[in-house]
Amino acid sequence: MNESLLRELVPAVIGVLVRRGADFASAEDAVQEALLRALEIWPDDPPRDPKAWLVTAAWHRFLDAARAEASRRGRELAVEVEPPAGPAPATDDTLRLYFLCAHPTLPPASAVALTLRAVGGLTTRQIAAAHLVPEATMAQRISRAKRRIAGLPLDQPGDLATVLRVVYLVFNEGYGGDVDLAAEAIRLTRQLAALTGEPEVAGLLALMLLHHARRASRTGPGGRLVPLAEQDRSHWDTGLIAEGVTILQTALARDRLGEYQAQAAIAALHADARSACETDWVQIVEWYDELLRLTGSPVVRLNRAVAVGEADGPRAGLAALAGVDPGLPRYTAVTAYLHERAGDLARAAELYAEASHAAASVPERDHLTREAARVRQLLRP
Amino acid sequence: MKYLLLKHYRGGPVPVVDYGSMDQWTPEEVDAHVQYMRDFAARLEQTGEFVDEQALSPEGTFVRYDGEGRPPVTDGPFAETKDLIAGWMIIDVESWDRAVELAGELSAAPGPRGEPIHEWLEVRPLFAERLTVIE
Repeated sequence: MNESLLRELVPAVIGVLVRRGADFASAEDAVQEALLRALEIWPDDPPRDPKAWLVTAAWHRFLDAARAEASRRGRELAVEVEPPAGPAPATDDTLRLYFLCAHPTLPPASAVALTLRAVGGLTTRQIAAAHLVPEATMAQRISRAKRRIAGLPLDQPGDLATVLRVVYLVFNEGYGGDVDLAAEAIRLTRQLAALTGEPEVAGLLALMLLHHARRASRTGPGGRLVPLAEQDRSHWDTGLIAEGVTILQTALARDRLGEYQAQAAIAALHADARSACETDWVQIVEWYDELLRLTGSPVVRLNRAVAVGEADGPRAGLAALAGVDPGLPRYTAVTAYLHERAGDLARAAELYAEASHAAASVPERDHLTREAARVRQLLRP
Repeated sequence: MKYLLLKHYRGGPVPVVDYGSMDQWTPEEVDAHVQYMRDFAARLEQTGEFVDEQALSPEGTFVRYDGEGRPPVTDGPFAETKDLIAGWMIIDVESWDRAVELAGELSAAPGPRGEPIHEWLEVRPLFAERLTVIE
């Protein structure tokens, strides 16, 4: 059985149940139960029509739950037992689910979990494993999220920017358990791009593909971080790069620039360079200027300083750091790098060591500790 | 973001109020304290923020390698060790502020006469296991 095919059916099946009168929360639970059942029995007994099988199984589960709830309250069942036939395009249903699951009222971690379950078709266990939390905690996080959005109409236009932020969060969560969340985020964004045609969705898809293309070279033995300049570029996935660049060019041609397209443009310039020293840093700085204009983000200002350091020299890079909040993650790592390039090795070593304490992840901490050690070695006579 | 809430038998800042060790409380006060801890963990599971919880015995010792073919060397236990960890809870929350808020609630666990014990808890961010794209 193709598990990804099964998962692709999940949002459409939720849509069918909702159109038949089920509320979103109950429909989503019923489909999750049907999904678990399908994962159990399809390998030995594959259905002829997988979608019809899922709809039937989920609808029965929904009715059972609704009947139990009705009798608990001593009321009549409020939904029709016989589903009304009503054609509605499944694509709209799926798009609405994206908006609902990444609703701006939800905390990001809850939106991520709900999106992965209702739109991505992952099981609670898989989502919990990917986030290294107990399954019971993840189950509660998802039901709370559903309670929070209960009663919100499904047919309202949603906030695309929030949806993009949520799928990009999923992308950045990388691997965990048996699920590759980066690949899952790409699948979700691909589907979203097909549903909307918005240039920013294409921009995010291009950005993910371009980052993903470099994934194999980004870590060395034992999960060690390999910085961009030291990556073995022969391991970059040229197919993904070509696809990312094409998608980006088509999006840019529509002349509605946004932050993801600008970030993808920067990633494309990196991907384009055959060696680190052939990188077109001047153009990258121009894109950072554009990105800064679009977002005003302090993180962009910090990354821009690195690019300025490469284009105009480390002193210019350090000057570009003026006005950037030193409390930002990676600020100290960036200053360490610029000081090293400027020849101030003693300061650089101190800063690398300091930055290692402020790292966000184990590989980043180990990398910065090693950088401090490397520079200290250079300092020894 | 995951945080560790670390509970100490000893160590950390000077206690605000010294209620003595739990064995000097009444059994009902001990029960109320333990129940508060259980309810706290259960509530965090309900909010989708609970990850793990362990309690540590104050017993134990320091151990180190002592060379090829030699048994490990042990040292301790030390009655006067400055810092003695009693246990921990790991939470997965949206922000540092939320972690501090929860630690504050945990520190309000009841002691003698049902008064909050104002215990100092250490809050420490966990490093993420996985790397995010940072280039």
